[in-house]
Amino acid sequence: MTNNGSSATLPKPLWLLAEVTYKCPLQCPYCSNPLDISRYQDELSTDEWLNVFREARDLGAVQLGLSGGEALVRKDLEMLIRGASDLGYYTNLLTSGVGMDENRIRAFKEAGLDHIQVSFQASDEELNNFIARNDSFKHKLEMARLVKRYDYPMVLCFVLHRHNLSQVAQILDLAHSLEADYVELATTQYYGWALHNRDQLLPSRAQVQQAEAIAHEYQEKLKGKMKIYYVVPDYYEERPKACMNGWGSVFLTVAPDGTALPCHAATDLPGLNFPNVRDHSIEWIWNQSEVFNQFRGYDWMKEPCKSCPEKTKDFGGCRCQAYLLTGDARNADPVCGKSPHHQQLAALAQAATARSDEMPLVFRNMRNSRKLSSG
Amino acid sequence: MSVKFSAQDIPALSPGFRLQWEQAQDCFVILYPEGMVKLNLAAGEILKRCDGTTPVGDIIDNLKIQFPDTNLDEDVYTFLSVAHDKQWIQRHSA
Repeated sequence: MTNNGSSATLPKPLWLLAEVTYKCPLQCPYCSNPLDISRYQDELSTDEWLNVFREARDLGAVQLGLSGGEALVRKDLEMLIRGASDLGYYTNLLTSGVGMDENRIRAFKEAGLDHIQVSFQASDEELNNFIARNDSFKHKLEMARLVKRYDYPMVLCFVLHRHNLSQVAQILDLAHSLEADYVELATTQYYGWALHNRDQLLPSRAQVQQAEAIAHEYQEKLKGKMKIYYVVPDYYEERPKACMNGWGSVFLTVAPDGTALPCHAATDLPGLNFPNVRDHSIEWIWNQSEVFNQFRGYDWMKEPCKSCPEKTKDFGGCRCQAYLLTGDARNADPVCGKSPHHQQLAALAQAATARSDEMPLVFRNMRNSRKLSSG
Repeated sequence: MSVKFSAQDIPALSPGFRLQWEQAQDCFVILYPEGMVKLNLAAGEILKRCDGTTPVGDIIDNLKIQFPDTNLDEDVYTFLSVAHDKQWIQRHSA
């Protein structure tokens, strides 16, 4: 799909990710939010969000993710859910569960919420609470049970990294005991805080291989009962993932202050003037803005992507990763074995395997954000 | 092993799955947590009749009113088995 400026040939957004706030009671060091979360204080109002939902829905968006930060921090979440549901979205709340109680779960249901995904940091209380810097494990268990009781499809999410990857069996046992319908074993994406903490989060190759074997064993064992999604960590792959299914292809993120992004990590890219929903319509942002057309289609590609027969499948991988690891967002994602930079990635994975010393994690909070993003 | 539906069985959309017409896609879609499947015309027409109260036999009779010139019995049974495998629908006995 090449873009010649005619909106008839342009893709339509299917997925709207509304990062309604960057405030969060948890401090997970693997967060993919930007380091400068402390700069996003001027959040969109209820009406502004409802307008974003309406305009994106008119353009074709049908899946809505309500995320953050922690979306529950927004007192108007019930109103946002009701507005989105009335527009015909399938509404997904992606949450830590902290800030939720039975009254709110019931109110969300009445407002038309379709699905609640509760994330855990680990399978045991000690590690969970250490990673989150919050005494939340027991509360999460209670929330997961309530999600089930109120007839939502139950999706549990565990973000995996060096500190919990050896727990995959216990994690899946926990999910099964909570009667989860789906479990996402999400691998840490190295953007934002996670990138800052990468050396402390990258697992060893042995950990990755063992986790993969266990995940496959459980997939087989629990077939038809609990669906397990497991993706091999990027840095240990040879083929890049079709990130966002292509830039400006199906995915639209709106940050708390109204910044529109083709993916939630795109603020890592330099030199892009991201449009804001306060200044432009979603229609203009999606179809006309320079940013959303920047890496759309194939014309922007360099070698080895340009002549690669797989470009229609993987779209050259992730632009943010290409920039962060090679210095040029137009390069092939270095996860790709054909990238001249692939060896660097292999070296990072190698170093993680050999590492034995533990460095302190930098936790995601406003104080650290101010420190890291000043100057 | 795929489940086989009989004329008396009552198919219903699984909890958490939603069928709706999407103007932007110009087709029926199935929505579920963080996902969507676009349906072709036949699949959409069958699934929108899977309301949890109508048996397969009646669904087929009803489809034949709208599509009189087609021999669709076998296609419907095959599709229902596939949809069940994909966990889009559940099978209730009459």
